[in-house]
Amino acid sequence: MKYVDEFRDPQLVRGLVDRLHRITHHSWVVMEVCGGQTHAIVKHGIQQMIPSKIELVHGPGCPVCVTPLELLDKAIILAARPDVVFTSFGDMLRVPGSNSDLMTVKSQGGDVRIVYSPLDAVALARKLPHKQVVFFAVGFETTAPTNAMAVWQAKAEGLTNFSVLVSHVLVPPAMTALLAASDNRVQGYLAAGHVCTIMGTEPYEPIAAQYKVPIVATGFEPTDVLEGLCMLVSQLEEGRCDVENQYARSVRATGNTLAQKRVQDVFEITDRNWRGIGPIPLSGLALRDAFKDFDAASRFELGHLDVHEPEVCQSGLVLRGQLKPYDCPAFGTQCTPQHPLGATMVSSEGACAAYYQYGAVPP
Amino acid sequence: MCLAIPGKVISRGVERDVLMACIDYGGTRRQICLEYTPEAQVGDYVIVHAGFAISLMDAKSAQESLDVLRSWAEHLEDGP
Repeated sequence: MKYVDEFRDPQLVRGLVDRLHRITHHSWVVMEVCGGQTHAIVKHGIQQMIPSKIELVHGPGCPVCVTPLELLDKAIILAARPDVVFTSFGDMLRVPGSNSDLMTVKSQGGDVRIVYSPLDAVALARKLPHKQVVFFAVGFETTAPTNAMAVWQAKAEGLTNFSVLVSHVLVPPAMTALLAASDNRVQGYLAAGHVCTIMGTEPYEPIAAQYKVPIVATGFEPTDVLEGLCMLVSQLEEGRCDVENQYARSVRATGNTLAQKRVQDVFEITDRNWRGIGPIPLSGLALRDAFKDFDAASRFELGHLDVHEPEVCQSGLVLRGQLKPYDCPAFGTQCTPQHPLGATMVSSEGACAAYYQYGAVPP
Repeated sequence: MCLAIPGKVISRGVERDVLMACIDYGGTRRQICLEYTPEAQVGDYVIVHAGFAISLMDAKSAQESLDVLRSWAEHLEDGP
């Protein structure tokens, strides 16, 4: 595929690995924020190619993994209702809730459907006026514009049988929370290329300045990740802490202003709870008053649910970059993709799933 | 977190006041929303996430990146 295959060229990878080895003189701990980058790293064996002085710590950038258990349990309640058609991206269906998951609800007769785009859910609401169509609006800044457009379109068409169960989170507050933690070891960041495609690189300038950490907006192919690492390590070795853009073919400094505008039209910033990390102030999005009619949580009066995470699951530590999946006692035994204990083993962007699928082993 | 892949714009059109496009991903075709990259024309490449084009591929930047990477790789062939 054009603009994919060229950036997986083994010859270019070798050139980058050679360069990275030549410029790395000290030990560095760096984090790739995005679960998609984590999967590219583990899938292409990048950890085995790079200098052992560089430790890659996997960040919380997996929207499925950070969706709070309470919201998952609410989704499961809604999906079991006979009047509801519950729609979601595929990853969410197998994430374990407190007592069940969406796939189980589906097998028990719940109308749970996987959609490729939120606009598909809007189309269902158009087609099934006698049903309540709910879309599970999960994701980071990249996905927020798609859900904003779905709500905008539903309002424009007067589709009163459409609603969204919102679980939107934002990267900069999470990065700041991790950096502010006393036990933080991370010295530089590969920022999530598609979040930056929407938001630009400007939101990261104050973080780099305040915490003196270099940040490089990075893509998802092997050459992207390796070039991002070269840029990051160059800065670390020179003692710089700038925001740079490796993924220039997609990211601009100001981002996608049309997408940002539509998100601001429909959503407002709010406090959010992150699964495995806890509450982070002003780290999420909620529907504005003008669109509150489309909020499934209030429409169905779901209120507050008390939930408790399974003791065995260590996904919180994995998400905070404090534990490698293979160091979790349940990894690969009690916890497998077939019987996941936590979301990081289910999601196609979860670190545990990546380590299990690509057989990553301790160095 | 936000998987997105490049696709080529095959055609453009408006459905219920929403700018849409047919995209080709190396043989697979799909309808997506072009509201966030209205400047994308037929023949352009866009990066698509969850049925939406989120950016117009900057072909010049892509080529410049590849040229730099190739120069580093050629350095490898010349030996240390």
